[in-house]
Amino acid sequence: MRTPRILMCSPDYYGIEYEINPWMSKHRGSTPERAQQQWRKLYETLVGLGVKVELMTPQPGLPDLVFTANAGLVFHQRFYSSRFRHEVRARETPHFDAWAATHGFEVYTLPEGMYFEGAGDALFCGKILFAGYRIRSDVRGHQWLGQSIQRLVLPLELINPYFYHLDTCFCPLAPGEALYFPGAFDHYGQRVLQAHIPRLLEVSESDAQRFGCNAVVVDKTVIINAGCDKLSSDLASWGYRPVSLELGEFIKSGGSAKCLTLRLDGEEAAIWD
Amino acid sequence: MSSSLKSAFVEEVEIEGHIIDSLLLPKVLDEILTQGGSYVIKEIQVGQRQADTSYARIEVRAETPEVLRRLLDGIHDHGAVPVSSSDCKYVAADLDGAFPEQFYSTTNYRTQVRLGGEWIDVEDQEMDCGILVDPESVSARCIPMTEVKAGDRIVVGRQGLRVFPSESQARHSLFEFMASPVSSEKPKGVTVREIAAAMKRCRESGEKILAVLGPAVVHTGSVEHICALIRMGYLNVLFSGNALPTHDIELSLYGTSLGISADHGLPTEEGHEHHLRAINTIRRLGGIRTAVERGVLKSGIMYECIKHAIPYVLAGSIRDDGPLPEVITDVLVAQRTMREHIHGVGFALMVATMLHAIATGNLLPAWVKVACVDINPATVTKLTDRGSIQTVGVVTDAEPFLRALVSELAKS
Repeated sequence: MRTPRILMCSPDYYGIEYEINPWMSKHRGSTPERAQQQWRKLYETLVGLGVKVELMTPQPGLPDLVFTANAGLVFHQRFYSSRFRHEVRARETPHFDAWAATHGFEVYTLPEGMYFEGAGDALFCGKILFAGYRIRSDVRGHQWLGQSIQRLVLPLELINPYFYHLDTCFCPLAPGEALYFPGAFDHYGQRVLQAHIPRLLEVSESDAQRFGCNAVVVDKTVIINAGCDKLSSDLASWGYRPVSLELGEFIKSGGSAKCLTLRLDGEEAAIWD
Repeated sequence: MSSSLKSAFVEEVEIEGHIIDSLLLPKVLDEILTQGGSYVIKEIQVGQRQADTSYARIEVRAETPEVLRRLLDGIHDHGAVPVSSSDCKYVAADLDGAFPEQFYSTTNYRTQVRLGGEWIDVEDQEMDCGILVDPESVSARCIPMTEVKAGDRIVVGRQGLRVFPSESQARHSLFEFMASPVSSEKPKGVTVREIAAAMKRCRESGEKILAVLGPAVVHTGSVEHICALIRMGYLNVLFSGNALPTHDIELSLYGTSLGISADHGLPTEEGHEHHLRAINTIRRLGGIRTAVERGVLKSGIMYECIKHAIPYVLAGSIRDDGPLPEVITDVLVAQRTMREHIHGVGFALMVATMLHAIATGNLLPAWVKVACVDINPATVTKLTDRGSIQTVGVVTDAEPFLRALVSELAKS
């Protein structure tokens, strides 16, 4: 059995220094010690599950470098680098690219004029790449990516600014199996998900607002933010082992467990061959 | 469909990728409709295997530029982007009376050029011209070769340029019988009724009806029918040569047309001189208007034109007798004058004249409906072959046609 590999970045310089989604409030801010504790707990949980966690060097002035899911999209040994919509995050790209290039990945860049925010907006479920667009990534970036990897890409419009990345409202669990919050999608997107994923677990609005969909899946373990009780029991009834972690400091920035990780060897639900 | 095709503001967009399974294509189409626009799918290619992409080229139409802009902004986010994103190219004419090399040669179809990122209609649409653009006022119009002045900015190449072919679907509502443009073997009654209906619609819409007439109108005894059209308000502009007014005046002054008596249909003594004497009389008076004002000319087509202030353009030719003082003998001046009078014309009735019909057909945009009546089917065919495909041909003698037309128009 393969060893799962995940990229993380310690929150040494994490903080809320700008506001680029409705969750962020510079006024409210975050508590660095608590953030460190919560991140460390996630790291240890993953290591405890047998994950090989790779660590990036934190950079001063880049508070969101901690959200490695947005670095890019990994497909085999290719690393499709993000083109962030917001300049404050675009500054992270050279660091992510440098890491990928020095760790055996071939770095690909999307054409200018397209926005793409990596695994935050592009998730494999089976052989299909599901891709969120409109708020951060744009649909043409996804279509370009689909051409490049020669896979079916299904762009899904995100209509709720609180669920600005696809990984805030959709999480593949296994091929043909995923959880999602329908209210984040328009009815076309809901129909596309229902047509292509045979088993869909609907997440309640309150659990979705607690970032229940922003989950890390390792084999049958699903790591989610604490307080998603209904989701936890649903996951258990589907045969998964939910693990609740306190990640409130990161939710202040609009991220949770999934946003803090980038799976490097393919998500559990992904079929790359 | 016809109303949507008439929507004036248009942009062609394309969308590519996995647009079928993702429902992006239906979503874009739905959005166009719900935003109040309409669309025509001009091209679609559907991928065969799962990883294959699909492609669609869609013509989007809206009633106002604001609706179109809103629509395009909306569908842009779903990946539908304009096909043409560059302005037209133009260069300054290097000399008078000629286009620069590589000039774009126009058709008579509705044409738009892209200037400053916006599509604008080309004014004075006419075939076989160039396009003069004014980037400052963001305007464009067709310009004939001879009118070009050095420094005029003339469109070159085909970039940033689009042509809207004949709106064939829309035709059905105007000319049902258009399925076969030359109707020598069709019931004339139906054709006449349709032409009359089109003329009525034209008048109701406030557009002008142009008549292009040859001398056979007079020879066949149709003068009174044309006079009736003028009096009823169904003839607003007249184009002709020297012969029609000459024989019309001859008839009024001598009762003959080319020396043939209108009453008994036989040649009259010294009749062959009548038309020349008629021209001479008008020339001695200084013109047709003076002849009417002095009470010399008291009936006929030209008399009614003067009385009802119907503008006329008489274009001369090399075989003309006289000609009458109003006849324009410089063909370029004649062409220019005809162009001036074509503005606002919605319907053209061409009877018994091949050369003037073709000359006028060359000047008319394709959306002006034309009825061409001639005893010779080749006249109609020639008109159509030269690009005036909006023409309905009626192969018949002028007189019975005009009599039936007047009778149809006289019905309320």
